[in-house]
Amino acid sequence: MAAYLIRRLIQSALILLGVSFITFFLLYVLPADPVRQIAGRSATAQTVENIREQLGLDKPFVVQYGRYLTGLLQGDMGRSYLQKTEVAELILSRLPATLLLMLGAIVCELVLGLSMGIAAALWRGRAVDQALMMTSFITVSAPQFVVSLLLLYVFAVRLGWFPIGGYGTFAHLVLPALTLGILGSGWYSRMMRSSMIDVLRADYIRTARAKGLGRARVVLRHALPNAILPVIAMIGIDIGIFMGGIVVVESVFGWPGIGQLAWQAIQRVDIPIIMGVTLVSAFAIVIGNLLADLIAPFIDPRITLR
Amino acid sequence: MTDTGADRAIPRPRGAAARLIGRKLALVGLVLIGLVVAGALFAPWIAPFDPNDQMFDGLTLEGAPMPPDGKFLLGTDLLGRDLLSRLLYGAQTSLIIGVVANGLALLIGTLVGITAGFFRGWIGAVLMRFTDLMMAFPALLLAISLAAIFQPSLWIVAMVIALVNWVQTARVIYTETTSLATRDFIAAERTLGASTSRILFRHILPHLIPTIIVWGTLGISTTVLLEATLSFLGVGVQPPTPSWGNIIFENQTYFQTAPWLVFIPGAAIILLALAFNLVGDALRDVLDPTQRGRD
Repeated sequence: MAAYLIRRLIQSALILLGVSFITFFLLYVLPADPVRQIAGRSATAQTVENIREQLGLDKPFVVQYGRYLTGLLQGDMGRSYLQKTEVAELILSRLPATLLLMLGAIVCELVLGLSMGIAAALWRGRAVDQALMMTSFITVSAPQFVVSLLLLYVFAVRLGWFPIGGYGTFAHLVLPALTLGILGSGWYSRMMRSSMIDVLRADYIRTARAKGLGRARVVLRHALPNAILPVIAMIGIDIGIFMGGIVVVESVFGWPGIGQLAWQAIQRVDIPIIMGVTLVSAFAIVIGNLLADLIAPFIDPRITLR
Repeated sequence: MTDTGADRAIPRPRGAAARLIGRKLALVGLVLIGLVVAGALFAPWIAPFDPNDQMFDGLTLEGAPMPPDGKFLLGTDLLGRDLLSRLLYGAQTSLIIGVVANGLALLIGTLVGITAGFFRGWIGAVLMRFTDLMMAFPALLLAISLAAIFQPSLWIVAMVIALVNWVQTARVIYTETTSLATRDFIAAERTLGASTSRILFRHILPHLIPTIIVWGTLGISTTVLLEATLSFLGVGVQPPTPSWGNIIFENQTYFQTAPWLVFIPGAAIILLALAFNLVGDALRDVLDPTQRGRD
């Protein structure tokens, strides 16, 4: 176990190193010139050169990347080109909002996805099952921005139940979390359905029924706890999917998390922020996958970590 | 998803009703795809107006978009252009990107997967570690950054999408190739003195074709969604070239007063992505007997 953990941690660190290298390289070779953005249109050639030198952007790629990496190991993610603030500070100040949204989204996903999956498994092959599976198909086929705008239009513009965007109260959280929850629920409902179907076939369930226990009791007390575990273990993987999608939802709802920060930075070619958010997201993805793998043997003792 | 002979031998039973519905849904998907393809192909003949014509009578007296009526069947957009015409031409964009970007992603993924799975050794190790690395990338963030930094054109958008979308295919093809490469009939071919290229093209590749078809179909749906998202953010296909995503991007400001400008193209995106998902899922059932009855 300890050896496995150490190996996985080293692997994760290497993956993050690779992500940092590729992102840095892509942003370095791409045609956008951040210096022009900072200097503005009317700047003289001399000013542009000065800024370039100040930021160290005149150095060769290896030197620039080496510098970035040394800083990173000391917890220094560099400074934003335009906001003149530490990137680490900016990200830390935005992180709570993103984590709150993530929590809300996961709760919505689980409530919607698990109940849909259980219902589909119990009425397998019937109209309910078919309707629910069709719903799960639609949710994986819908782009985030369309669902965001639809919820905004219905619940904010028309009904006026929730604010149209922003941050601060519970009401602000509902629509963005529900957007992500609806989109993620299809994934969970399919997993929950097949897990539940497998468990319901097991011998001990038949025994429980044969003892004369009611259907509701067998489903809730005997089948559900076993069926739900493998699905719960997937939350780690889901974090990765979540991290990929926050840019759109945070931008549409004006949610002040790291996705919105990244989107603003992308529009202004503020490379240190883009780097920072990419790395933090990749970190979350790697940790999520690691957690999913570590939890697996506790849930299913047949799985051993090698 | 381990692929053992035992699973293949005993297909799990599946109700006749479910099987029928599966085919019916696939049929619905095929019809939807057919409609979109026809709309895109015949756009020049069936579109009632020029998609870029900013018509004088296409705006109300206050300069707002016109709601759907007898003349403009789906209404007009913020510049007085006919929405139906723009949607029909936008279908061309979605399909071109869907086919090109996904084809490219499929090609990269298959090449990487086969090479890593068949040759193993250090080439395989390097390729698969690189694939793992790509799995840890926040793909959408990467795509948005790349698309925003390039001046995006149709082809750049297709390239960016291909660049972030090949990973899944590579993983699946890799797993299948490794299990195929250890099978007896491949060993027999080797003993008979078949060349590597003969084994690869005559024996491995044909076995992978069902997987490639399934992932190719499902991948178009992902691609359509990604293109729409990039275009919605304004870093995808650039106006005036219509794309379903950028129609929403352009008309967002009118979304409270003229919701049809957002939700009609939105519905088109969902229906097209759904169609490819339905067909892909049915194909998986039909082409891969080990998956039958699993869902």
